[in-house]
Amino acid sequence: MLGYYLDLAVRSLKRSPGLTALMILIVGFGVAASMTSYSVFRAVSGDPIPWKSSRLFVPQIDIWGPRGHADGSSDNDPPDAMDYTDAVALMRDHRGKYQSAMYRVSPSVVPPDPHMHPINVGGHAVYSEFFAMLDVPFQFGGAWGADGDAKHAAAVVINSKLNQKLFGGANSVGKTLNIDGKDYRVVGVLNNWNPKPTFFDVVNTGGFTSGQEDMFLPFTRAIDVGMSNDGNTNCSEVPKGSGFVGLQQSSCVWIAYMVQLEDKAAVSAYKDYLDGYFRDQKASGRFNWALNNRLRDLPAWLESEHVVPSDTKISLLVALGLLVACLVNTAGLLLAKFLRRSSEIGVRRALGAPRMAIYVQFLVEAGMVGLTGGVLGLLLTWVGIHGVNWVLPKEIASLAHVDLSLLALTLVIAVVATMLAGLYPTFRASRVQPALQLKTN
Amino acid sequence: MSLHPMIAALRKHKAGVVLIALQIALTLAIVCNAIFIIYARIQNVQRPTGMEESNLFLITQQWVGAPSGDDPADLQKLDAMMREDLNVLRSMPDVVSVTPINTLPLFPSSWNGSAALKPGTDLRAGNARTTFYFGDEQLLKTLGLHLVAGRNFTAADVTHRGFRDATESSIIIVTKPLADKLFPQGDALGKAIYLNGGNTPSTIVGEVERLQVPSVASWASGFVWNSAISPVRMNINFSRYAVRTKPGRLDAVMRAVPSKLYAVDAMRVLDDDSVKSFKDIRADAYRADIGMAVLMGVICLILLAVTAAGIVGLTSFWVGQRHRQIGVRRALGARKIDILRYFQMENLMIAGGGALVGVALAVGLNRLLMSKFEMQSMPTFYVLVGLAVVVVLGQIAVFVPARRASNVPPVVATRSV
Repeated sequence: MLGYYLDLAVRSLKRSPGLTALMILIVGFGVAASMTSYSVFRAVSGDPIPWKSSRLFVPQIDIWGPRGHADGSSDNDPPDAMDYTDAVALMRDHRGKYQSAMYRVSPSVVPPDPHMHPINVGGHAVYSEFFAMLDVPFQFGGAWGADGDAKHAAAVVINSKLNQKLFGGANSVGKTLNIDGKDYRVVGVLNNWNPKPTFFDVVNTGGFTSGQEDMFLPFTRAIDVGMSNDGNTNCSEVPKGSGFVGLQQSSCVWIAYMVQLEDKAAVSAYKDYLDGYFRDQKASGRFNWALNNRLRDLPAWLESEHVVPSDTKISLLVALGLLVACLVNTAGLLLAKFLRRSSEIGVRRALGAPRMAIYVQFLVEAGMVGLTGGVLGLLLTWVGIHGVNWVLPKEIASLAHVDLSLLALTLVIAVVATMLAGLYPTFRASRVQPALQLKTN
Repeated sequence: MSLHPMIAALRKHKAGVVLIALQIALTLAIVCNAIFIIYARIQNVQRPTGMEESNLFLITQQWVGAPSGDDPADLQKLDAMMREDLNVLRSMPDVVSVTPINTLPLFPSSWNGSAALKPGTDLRAGNARTTFYFGDEQLLKTLGLHLVAGRNFTAADVTHRGFRDATESSIIIVTKPLADKLFPQGDALGKAIYLNGGNTPSTIVGEVERLQVPSVASWASGFVWNSAISPVRMNINFSRYAVRTKPGRLDAVMRAVPSKLYAVDAMRVLDDDSVKSFKDIRADAYRADIGMAVLMGVICLILLAVTAAGIVGLTSFWVGQRHRQIGVRRALGARKIDILRYFQMENLMIAGGGALVGVALAVGLNRLLMSKFEMQSMPTFYVLVGLAVVVVLGQIAVFVPARRASNVPPVVATRSV
């Protein structure tokens, strides 16, 4: 029976090629515009570490109080990064399963090849648990141990891209690397780990950057050698001391912090710990304002930091509006097309076809328009994603890509949406009175 | 022409009429918001920074194994290295002037704080938020700023200090917008202000007409023109130099810079991004804005084309359906122009009705965008533009089928189907 309807649909569509082409074009463009926007949105709003994001938390302590909002920022959120004192205190107390304070660095590296000029690398100063906490994949070697943190080890983990550049991609574990004029021992090589957004430190990277994570070195060592931070430094008052040491003694915030907590009990225990920490500090006279801590899990944290650019959301919204407009349009055209065939419907009904048969017949026709429109939409989406690469900032656009799920989604949306648009016209068609049509002809 | 028969005819196609009107409403809502977004972005991109932007480039370089700059001896050494670089750059042929600088307008690095009329105000309070530029006596000339009051810095004014040293300089040049914000009477020159909640006064010795802050992000939109320039060379393990070249010599100088600097000291980092023309800095800063404007423009075009095509399609169908009626009207004496007018008028009514709904939708969409994404309130002008666009679009789209209708010969009336 379906074969018969398909045949009928093809005949009908062929009968008015102009109108058919118009509907296919409209569906194609509507679907392509929304799928292109969606592919960008999907790329920037996806969970960067889905298997674990609900167990990763970012603690915030209100170390500034009302003074932090004196510039008119209305929400009462505490600073979104940590000062040195509290970051180190939280590390020392070690209340989570894994945790790491981290700050972005941008040192120079002198390549082993004497013919190469020094290069600049980006990376983070972290604690050893960083790697286990974020399931960072290693190609060679591994992280430095906990004793590396304690002993301020001159160790470094490099990413595969830097390993390729400096050591030709060979296993460089045990080799020496000159960072900012000082020697470090390579202990591990990462397997091309560059999560986007840079979710572990959105404060200093902004989430989406074209910057690379080339290397990671012990936080304690970086502080020792005075490797200064690269990224945001926010202050509620000017530091009293000068230099990097002055920054460490100040209440300025510049350190990102993340902790892994396994279950609800652990989360509430950690919350209590944070609150207790604040109260202790308050009791010692450091603060004179009310407790105002936060402990957000990673998705909530990324949301509160507005990591997904609002432009991406606006584009998606506007593109969805375009899709709706296209569907309304298609509905109008289908209506015209179906009602033009009232006499045909009348004959079929008079010969005994039930309403249901008319329904199926016309929905099949609508679905066929949708499917063809969807195929056109696929081509246009492909064009659109390449076009987006050309107009949007590369750190965003380069993340958008076509894959199987996008292809499937494009087709499904095209077919389902067109059939939805065809529902009312089909309903009208099925209501055609056979007697009336037979009489007038 | 009486509207009554028209309305009666439209009532026969309720669904079609509603669908076209809805389509026009959606189009209006989306198009005027999109045009508003495009206009806002273009306005952003077109604001002049206050600098002479051509023949200007920025060098960012990092010394390898340089002192961390925390003690006086280190600072002296870092400053000596910087002055050596400056000398070499200034001696290059085709170079007009060079200044050490912490950043440039539109460059993604900034130093922001506050300016207050009284000492000891909270850093985040103050009387005005401002950004800070640090450079020497050649900064104004290199950036091409227009001094509108007071004087430029002299070489004797220029000091140097560590990057994280919070000391404020005793004299300062501010932009006119900042001066006017702090001293609305316009008597800022010679007055003392207190920067970043400090207790040491900085005297305003000059005012420049305009100098934009580095950030183009929304958090900086409240103080876009509030800049203060201090006569200070900042010492840390990296440095930036703004260079102005003779007209047409920009590329040549930019190409020659790396080898010149390597010759001074090879233990430094100069990579692909280290020498950047201001044109490229501007392009990078506004890439997202331009991209958004292009995207909105494309969506508008698709939408308008789709809507026009839809109107053509549906009206054609109606014309076909009313073939006989048209013939009857023609036979009864209606002229071609009457038939044409009839369909045009009909479209105007539908489009008008849709547009009324569309205006409400447009305002609603704008409110939604405002509440979720820091969008400005859309002026009525854009709604009117959108209204005009959809009505004109409807008239253009309906013309082809309407003319076909007007060409239906009266003899059709006598034929049976």
